[in-house]
Amino acid sequence: MKLYLLIPALPLAGFLINILFGKWFIKDKANWIATPAVIGSWIIAMITVAGVMAGHRVSEDLYTWVISDGFRVPIGFLIDQLTAVMLVVVTTVSALVHIYSAGYMKGDKGYYRFFAYLNLFTFSMLMLIMSNNFLQLYFGWEAVGLCSYFLIGFWYEKKSASDAGKKAFIVNRFGDFGFGLGVMLIFITFGSLHYETIFGKLGMIAGQSVSVLGWTVSLPTLIALLLFCGAVGKSAQLPLHVWLPDAMEGPTPVSALIHAATMVTAGVFLVARTNPIFNLSPTAMAVVGITGGVTALFAATIALVQNDIKRIIAYSTISQLGYMFLACGVGAYGAGIFHLYTHAFFKALLFLGAGSVMHAMGGELDIQKMGGLRKHMPVTYWTFLLASLSIAGIPGFAGFFSKDEILWQAFASGGVGRVLWGIGTLTALLTAFYSFRIIFVAFHGEFRGTPEQAHHLHESPASMAIPLVLLAVGAVASGWVGVPPFIGEMFGVENSNLFGAFIGHVVSQPAAHGAPGQEMMVTAMSVVVGLLGISLAGVFYISKPGIPKALAKNFSGVHKLLWNKYYIDELYNFIIIKPTLWVAKSVLVDTTDGKIIEGVVNGVPRGIGSFGQRLRKLQTGVLQNYAAMMALGVFVFVAIALMILVGGVKG
Amino acid sequence: MNLMANTLGYPILSTLIFLPVFGALLIALLPRSAEPLIKSVALITSLLAFAFSIPLFTNFDKTTAALQFVERANWIPAFNIQYFLGLDGISILFVLLSTLVTILCVLISWNSIKNKVKEFYIALLIIEGAMIGVFCAMDFFLFYIFWEAMLIPMYLLIGVWGGPNRIYAAIKFFLYTLVGSVLMLVGIIALYLYADRTFSIPALMNIRYPLSMQFWLFWAFFAAFAVKVPMFPVHTWLPDAHTEAPTAGSVILAAVLIKMGAYGFLRFSIPLFPDAAKAMTIPMLALSVIAIIYGAVVCLAQTDLKRLIAYSSVSHMGFVTLGIFAMNIQGMEGGILQMLNHGIVTGALFLCIGMIYDRTHTRQISDYGGVATVLPVYAGLFMVFTLASIGLPATNGFIGEFLVLLGGFTAQRWAGVLAATGIIIGAGYMLWLYQRVFFLQVNAKVQGLKDINLRELVAVVPMAVLVFWIGVYPNAFLSFLHPSVQNLLNRVHPGAIEMSTLAEFLKKILA
Repeated sequence: MKLYLLIPALPLAGFLINILFGKWFIKDKANWIATPAVIGSWIIAMITVAGVMAGHRVSEDLYTWVISDGFRVPIGFLIDQLTAVMLVVVTTVSALVHIYSAGYMKGDKGYYRFFAYLNLFTFSMLMLIMSNNFLQLYFGWEAVGLCSYFLIGFWYEKKSASDAGKKAFIVNRFGDFGFGLGVMLIFITFGSLHYETIFGKLGMIAGQSVSVLGWTVSLPTLIALLLFCGAVGKSAQLPLHVWLPDAMEGPTPVSALIHAATMVTAGVFLVARTNPIFNLSPTAMAVVGITGGVTALFAATIALVQNDIKRIIAYSTISQLGYMFLACGVGAYGAGIFHLYTHAFFKALLFLGAGSVMHAMGGELDIQKMGGLRKHMPVTYWTFLLASLSIAGIPGFAGFFSKDEILWQAFASGGVGRVLWGIGTLTALLTAFYSFRIIFVAFHGEFRGTPEQAHHLHESPASMAIPLVLLAVGAVASGWVGVPPFIGEMFGVENSNLFGAFIGHVVSQPAAHGAPGQEMMVTAMSVVVGLLGISLAGVFYISKPGIPKALAKNFSGVHKLLWNKYYIDELYNFIIIKPTLWVAKSVLVDTTDGKIIEGVVNGVPRGIGSFGQRLRKLQTGVLQNYAAMMALGVFVFVAIALMILVGGVKG
Repeated sequence: MNLMANTLGYPILSTLIFLPVFGALLIALLPRSAEPLIKSVALITSLLAFAFSIPLFTNFDKTTAALQFVERANWIPAFNIQYFLGLDGISILFVLLSTLVTILCVLISWNSIKNKVKEFYIALLIIEGAMIGVFCAMDFFLFYIFWEAMLIPMYLLIGVWGGPNRIYAAIKFFLYTLVGSVLMLVGIIALYLYADRTFSIPALMNIRYPLSMQFWLFWAFFAAFAVKVPMFPVHTWLPDAHTEAPTAGSVILAAVLIKMGAYGFLRFSIPLFPDAAKAMTIPMLALSVIAIIYGAVVCLAQTDLKRLIAYSSVSHMGFVTLGIFAMNIQGMEGGILQMLNHGIVTGALFLCIGMIYDRTHTRQISDYGGVATVLPVYAGLFMVFTLASIGLPATNGFIGEFLVLLGGFTAQRWAGVLAATGIIIGAGYMLWLYQRVFFLQVNAKVQGLKDINLRELVAVVPMAVLVFWIGVYPNAFLSFLHPSVQNLLNRVHPGAIEMSTLAEFLKKILA
């Protein structure tokens, strides 16, 4: 038994125990099964990661999952530097969320179910990141989607919640449609789904093209873009982002774990994992980068005006995921993964902080009904503030280092990269603004909720507060492993970008062009916009609170557009959902099946029947008539056919 | 085709075919009022048949495409008709599925069939015998007898124990199938005469028929099998039959009966008429893709639980025919596995719907809501089958669908791409169904219902086990298929002969 197998096996065992026995025997003790399972998984993951840091690498098959002639796919594991980073993120955040949930979900009638799903999710996510082949990756990919479906719709009696779960699943299927085809194309091209085999044979396809619907497309581009379809769905990028904001219907710890720190980053992981394929196609890289950049800006603009605390953070997540793709698109996969890693901490912290606020306010989500919370919830406030400083890119905090590296790599890559850098910098301004809008509106000023809510305001229990504090450590310090060399040198540290060197074993690193002066300029810019964003938020929501209202009034068109999220849900409803249902009902059921096919089917015997009736003028039961006449007709037909055919064959 | 003697020392296939018939006779002798005894005899018979079928699974030689467990005797020498039974990798799993499903049907009918109990179980057991016979018969005449013998008890099952519109549905089922079968009969006779009076299927397979004959006979057999599958546009009997049939009838229809169409393609159409089949690849793939998408979209407009699952069968069977006519190993193995999967999953879904129908006596989706709150265990099991139906990895549906799509994509890119859209729509209609039935506020009509009982649990848990067994370790089942599928494809693609296009083929036969 290999030790690393316990990393996914423990949460799987926890899931099985809770789902089979939770309802009758374990009940409100479910966390005592689930949480130790994940903590155990975390401990072994840390041992494994230490092994990777010492130079060990796992790459082996457990058993052959599917065999069909040349199609042989194993259940197998690859643990390298990229997997190691993901292991840290997934097991750490999962363990903290499990601990937090014990308090947050207390008293819920689906308590055992909740922990069972959380365990199942953790197992699936681990299978995804530890896979050594595309099919097992796909298994994990779909399985995390399933858990997301279960957990978004956890309070399934609520229509909005079960709608949101369903939406998440189906929207993701659109992306997986492309992803699945990509996997098949890979198999057909390389005869294998093993990463290592495929990456070893990539020379084969460089420069090859295929014809798609009459267009000639480069094969690497086609494969890369098909894979990217999956990433767009899972990581909620344009145009498949619509499910993530709705996913906030799920319990808040789920939002932190699945819809911020881990599952939604699977798309970024996929692109990084398959970076040798993407590197063959500048077109695909450009698509990835532009999708990321546009999504980053797009989502940030929506976040500016929303009032639902969780949806603001959800749009923020979409935006930050956009940064990660932007990085991958300019070839800076390492920077993308670095941002994935720091983002996991500060974003999980933001969500858990929001959960803490909701816990205190009886489920309230509207920041306009909050205010002054810092006095009542100091731990939540301070940790939330640290996370916000981190996402705003204030020097020293984790988000600063990763975002800065992305912006610099984008700038240094030149060409489209310069444009992406511009977009990224603008987005950084918006990010700082909307993040501190929450701080100033919800935590500062006077309380604006109901008197009952005011009466109940309290800091969350230790089981919730401790994970907040631990995540805050990550939100501040997780970036210190990736300090850019020019800053490291200021403090006399050589090779300060440890993270880049570590991940550089797996992903290609672009050689950053450009003078050191430029890097300093880019960094200075990002710090300036961060501070500017915070200051603007301060002006808007503390010193001159009339401004936002005036702006909304003067630019009511823009405000309405943002408030309604660019009407994309409405658009999809209008161009996809309604026409499909119309075709199903009016065209297929009523016309094709109902009139045409059934018309023929019922018409033929009826015709024969009425003919027979007139012929014989007999009033028998209609049904027998049908049967008898039909059989007679068939018999005659067969007799004739037989004569012709047999005669023809023998003659 | 090589033959392999039976290694078990007793005629296992005859035992499997006639044990249920014997059980039916026994029930016929019992007094009508002895209902518990009748049910017990039916249950014991089906359990025995299943027990007898297990050696097939364990003693099957997976390294050969030869027929196994062969029994052969002269029957009507005047016409050279033989009593000839045998199994290969393509048929064996369906015998096992038939014996398993019959047990579940007996269990699920235990309390829900209240009138003409005696006749019901007689019909059910005769169906079982005939189903097994269809998969075992290696003499065409014998095959045709079993094929038609299925029809009558099935017709009665729908027409006597069905829903309000049962007569219409039963007659429609009967006529549709009859028309198809009669055309097949013509084909069988033509083959018999051409091959110098033999009905032996292996012997008939050793002949390469002239192209024009292949062409006409392909379509004659197609009529029989396409109706059974059912393929678009001859599918409209299925929703009516499924909807009106009693639960056991729907389960047998879904699990085994409609598999016989696809089995017919594999056993007859392709090996007997390989050149025609190959030339017809494009129309067959097109019909499959239409069935996949058409069936799935139609599901979105259904308001009746059973009707929805019936249409989903049209879509899923489209995957089966897609895989078969992809004419490559992945497609064909995926197609056969998907036949088994569909039998398990859709059979189980009908079992589940039967259970809730017994409680509420309504099939309207709008009469449900909040079932997960009232019947949580039932909801969990239904979820398992829902997920298998939408092809989630680690369930059996994924393996089958993925192989089929891979095969289809390899054969014709467009077919794979279009068929894959079925996966999106499939998730749409199944999750929407699940939401309307199980989630949301508790509907007054399901308030206070009892959760699944032990008898029902025993009926569906085997299916759930199979869902994960095949999903996690599909090789336990795929390994049965390899030599037989390879053998079949060797007949289709002998040597390096290029795939002839439809136009070329038509030119050849018209010349």
